[in-house]
Amino acid sequence: MNKGFKTPAHAIGFYTVVLIFAFLTLFPLLWVLKMSLVSDTELFASPPTFWPESVTLKSLTAGKCPLVGGIKFPCPENFQTVFIDPIFRAGLANTLVIAGITTIICLTIGSMAAYALARIEFFARRPVLSLVLAISFFPAVAIIAPLFLQFQKAGLINTYWAVIIPDVLFALPLTVYLLVAYFRELPEDLEDAAKVDGANIWQAFFRVTVPLSIPGIVTTGLLTFIYAWNEFLFANTLTLDQQAQPATVVIPQFATTYTTDYGAQAAAALVLTLPLVILVLFFQRKIVSGLTAGATKG
Amino acid sequence: MSVASETGLRKRQQTGVVSGAWRSIRGEFTDPEKRTAYWMILPTLLVVLLIAAGPILYAIYLSFWRVLPNGQTFIWLDNYVTLFTDSGFWGAAINTVVFTVASVGLEFALGLTIAVVLNRGFVGQGAARAIAIVPWAFPTVVSGIMWRLMYTDQVGIFAYLADQLGLVTGPILANSTAVLLGAVVSDVWKTTPFVALLLLAGLQVIPGDVYEAARVDGATKWQQFTKVTMPLLKPAILVALLFRTLDAWRVYDLFWSMTDRQLDSLSVYTYKFVRISQLNLSVGNAAAVLVFLSSLAIAFGFIKLLGTRAQEA
Repeated sequence: MNKGFKTPAHAIGFYTVVLIFAFLTLFPLLWVLKMSLVSDTELFASPPTFWPESVTLKSLTAGKCPLVGGIKFPCPENFQTVFIDPIFRAGLANTLVIAGITTIICLTIGSMAAYALARIEFFARRPVLSLVLAISFFPAVAIIAPLFLQFQKAGLINTYWAVIIPDVLFALPLTVYLLVAYFRELPEDLEDAAKVDGANIWQAFFRVTVPLSIPGIVTTGLLTFIYAWNEFLFANTLTLDQQAQPATVVIPQFATTYTTDYGAQAAAALVLTLPLVILVLFFQRKIVSGLTAGATKG
Repeated sequence: MSVASETGLRKRQQTGVVSGAWRSIRGEFTDPEKRTAYWMILPTLLVVLLIAAGPILYAIYLSFWRVLPNGQTFIWLDNYVTLFTDSGFWGAAINTVVFTVASVGLEFALGLTIAVVLNRGFVGQGAARAIAIVPWAFPTVVSGIMWRLMYTDQVGIFAYLADQLGLVTGPILANSTAVLLGAVVSDVWKTTPFVALLLLAGLQVIPGDVYEAARVDGATKWQQFTKVTMPLLKPAILVALLFRTLDAWRVYDLFWSMTDRQLDSLSVYTYKFVRISQLNLSVGNAAAVLVFLSSLAIAFGFIKLLGTRAQEA
């Protein structure tokens, strides 16, 4: 157990710091989880309770809530409130469509670009890499006025495409950089063998590189998906109502709709977050190495 | 060598360079592999040019015009004059500067401390890393709402604590200084673990024998940190600071959702002008151009720092 600590006191001090860090990091999540589960009486109690007291197995199974697609499962009252809310349901569905399509487009065009940038020596390689990187420094708000005017002319306001188009732009740097790094680490032998057998670059890319890169493409796709899932500025600017508004735009409005129903607001926040937290925990090793690659390679 | 033959030589070299450049430009498109490369980057390039470069140039152009639903008039710098005489703009600018300096400063100090502490093998390292990535995955809008719930008067845990400790009088969310501070705390919570992960990755590529050498030379722990760790970590630090500063500078989601759009940053200010009233679109657009130019300046500053460091190394 003692991995090179000089004294037990060192070990205790070290783990105390680690535990404080873990506690502070998880506290807001756990606290809001508690808010979403307890009864209103407990929610408004002063001083606040530290451990949830009004949550019992019985209260958890008390109601059944209709989820998207008619699946029914036991859930606490506040979650029922948000799952029944038609605007929230539409928001979740819109988020899924927008994030899904953004991810597919980014992976398709980003992986081709990344392959060329990783494998082929051509003149525009470095300028294009810098240009793509420059997008991640770009403040999104700088283009909302021109996009709003142009999309208005094109009749795109309040459609999925109004959000997907800028989302693709801002997710692309991450997609391209992660895939360039991934393709570079892949051995070239198999592609070369395919080329000797008469395959051209497209065939080598689609038949050899892509199948070999599935783990890297999945991680990259996941990060792109998270970006689009969380995006707010463009969605808030370019959509108007539940026809296209994703959940990130709908949820802040709950402050007005459910003024003092803090439990429902907490539940809505969790519904939008928990899928991501689970995905991220599941893929954490890959995500961390993907995200920190930029910091160590410069 | 005579002057005449020297110029002749130079002329020959120049034509050589020119025809060489021409040959290599042609080579870019006659070589099938390179030609394919251009086809492969084309969609990405089009997205970047059509959705980023085009609109930003259009935004700069529009910032000299008054745009109304029934047409536009050229008004020189009037939009910028309107901006600079609006106290709301200065309020938003001050909020943005304070937020950026305070949150990036705290995130860096805390993140570096955590990274240094965690930079060793220990039982539970994987779990610690997994926990650190959780706040990063949160939608910023949602983290804003979560913190608002915790600052809220009747049910918020932090409102209760602040009240018990006598830190603020009255509701936190109604006090503009407290709200800004609250936004900093929320951002520090969300991003510090990520900064720590970035710096930890930087620390882990520093080879152990550098420390061995420093120890042999009799360097204390603190000297090892300032003379060995910090210089070698500089590139990772600058990359982390660059991304964090630009992120904080364009803050929008957090202010919007945490304060129910009461607190203005430069981005929130821009949004309000662009979207809430058609009459003010041009002024908002001028503010957007300023956000763009200031971000560009920040990026160049950091890249210059990074570049000189790379040359020294």
